[in-house]
Amino acid sequence: MSEIPSQPPILQAKDLKHSFGEGEARSTVLQEISLELKAGETCSIIGPSGCGKSTLLYLLGLLDKPDSGEIKINQRLVSEASEMERTAIRNELLGFVFQFHFLIRELTALENVSLPLRKAGDSKKDATLRAEKLLVDLDLVDKRHRLANKLSGGEQQRVAIARALATSPAIVLADEPTGNLDARNSNKVFDLLVQSAREEGSSIILVTHNPDLAERADRCLPMLDGRFEE
Amino acid sequence: MAMTLTGIVFGIAFFVVTQAQTTGFAKFFEETILGTNGAMRISDRFQQVGGVNTVTEGNEQFALQAGEGTDYVEGIDYPNRLRQAIEEYEDVSGISEILEGRLSVDANVRSQVVQAMGIRLKDHLMVSNLADQIVFGSLEDFDADHSGLLLGHRLAERLHLRPGDKVDVVGSSGRTESLRVSAIFETGVSDIDKRRLYLDLATARWLLQQPSGGAVFQIGLKDPSKAPEVAAQMQATIDHRVVSWQEREKVWLDVFSVLRFSSAVTVSTIILLSGLGMFNVFAMMVMEKRRDIAILRSMGFSRGDVSSIFLFQGGIILLSGALLGCLLGALATYGISKIPIRIRGVFSTDHFVVNWDLSHYLWGVGIAVVFMTLATWIPARRAARVEPAKIIREAS
Repeated sequence: MSEIPSQPPILQAKDLKHSFGEGEARSTVLQEISLELKAGETCSIIGPSGCGKSTLLYLLGLLDKPDSGEIKINQRLVSEASEMERTAIRNELLGFVFQFHFLIRELTALENVSLPLRKAGDSKKDATLRAEKLLVDLDLVDKRHRLANKLSGGEQQRVAIARALATSPAIVLADEPTGNLDARNSNKVFDLLVQSAREEGSSIILVTHNPDLAERADRCLPMLDGRFEE
Repeated sequence: MAMTLTGIVFGIAFFVVTQAQTTGFAKFFEETILGTNGAMRISDRFQQVGGVNTVTEGNEQFALQAGEGTDYVEGIDYPNRLRQAIEEYEDVSGISEILEGRLSVDANVRSQVVQAMGIRLKDHLMVSNLADQIVFGSLEDFDADHSGLLLGHRLAERLHLRPGDKVDVVGSSGRTESLRVSAIFETGVSDIDKRRLYLDLATARWLLQQPSGGAVFQIGLKDPSKAPEVAAQMQATIDHRVVSWQEREKVWLDVFSVLRFSSAVTVSTIILLSGLGMFNVFAMMVMEKRRDIAILRSMGFSRGDVSSIFLFQGGIILLSGALLGCLLGALATYGISKIPIRIRGVFSTDHFVVNWDLSHYLWGVGIAVVFMTLATWIPARRAARVEPAKIIREAS
């Protein structure tokens, strides 16, 4: 793995706590989690199901709010930001890749990749050009006009990667991006994700069950029962 | 979705068609009665009553204490003075002095008592559509001398009279005048067409033995819709009872009004049902698209963006439904206006009467907008409330 030069972290999480449920049914999922991610760094989080990996990812991705603790992106405290600010930050600075790709089935590959760009304010022409470039990079340009549900699992995940990278986000948050793929496709998708993110200058936080993939990241953080293992 | 669109289209179209018919017939009725009996009528003079009245019976005199109040004395005593006063009103477009009474018409086959109206033709044409109501003969003949008669269509049929025929017209005192049928008119109001007869005012005064006074005024207005206000204002200043056409025809106008309202309510239920259909469709869609909504939210689409997607879809359906509904409504209205139907009684028509009015389309679309906006807005609001993390967690 390449050496990451010293620079201020792009993402900082400090003492994050999160729980689900109310009263007696309340269960703590994250217990004082702290994390830093440098620009361009690839960080994997590995652990068994239910250990809180995905919950942490959703907190870092501003899809959910922690019970306590702080999240800073680009030195800016965002954990208590308003709904509107969090939404804007997601569009500008974050990209998501999920296990089940979550493409919009009624749209083509090209339209799926163009969506975040259109939301960011790009013209249709610019968004299409950018989306086509990403699809070329991910070897999907021939299938750009195909509906999402007409693509194979590996192809759909590559489209999801292209969509996550469309706005050149500072951080890509990937939740089991290869969990639904066979070993060959897993490696291919992982390589494309890391390579494309590096080309775009994006950092990656990758949640995975797969220890082989996790170890290929710049840094691997094992997690158990809502905490990072020492 | 197709069913919802169909419901909107037919709901708006039915609304337009029913309103076009009900207002069409109502308007036609108004035109008929305005063209026949005018916008206002002055028939009675006010007389203040009350105080002590003295009654003499034989050698004895009795003093009677009467209650204070206003009495009505039939007819106008000083028509020229009253005419001058009424002409001061700028809303008035014409005044026709009419002497009403009962005369008997002796034709060859039979005789009949008729409602006679003595008029000055020139004045009466200013306050009625008599010229348009002539179906046989000519008004010029009537205007040429004082011996002309205008007969209602059904009256002429009953007496077997045609223009040019001569008849004896007999007054209640036995005075008889031989008059000539100048023309036959048809108002469409059967009560008028089978009883009414117009003759020259001077001839009517001679036959009815009323050399002066006792007349009524039929008044035309530039804007007949202002009749109640003008009547009230006039009544307060001229000491005569002034009756507007709205007051005179209140029963029929109320009937048309109720018909119009009830048909609007009935037809609006079609649009309401379409709205409920649309609500169901959108509520289901929001349930089905929760995952897509969560993805959009993760990409940075705001709650407003999400709800606007559903509102936009609802808007497209509403817009398409409104355009097609208005088009279908206009075509159906045109088609219905060509359907032959013979109506005689309150008015006369040989085909369906429709009223082309933009407000019918605006109301139809307006009702659809209200129902459809609610039907779309509630699910759209629900869509905007979707919490992305929860949905993604459940889907993973």
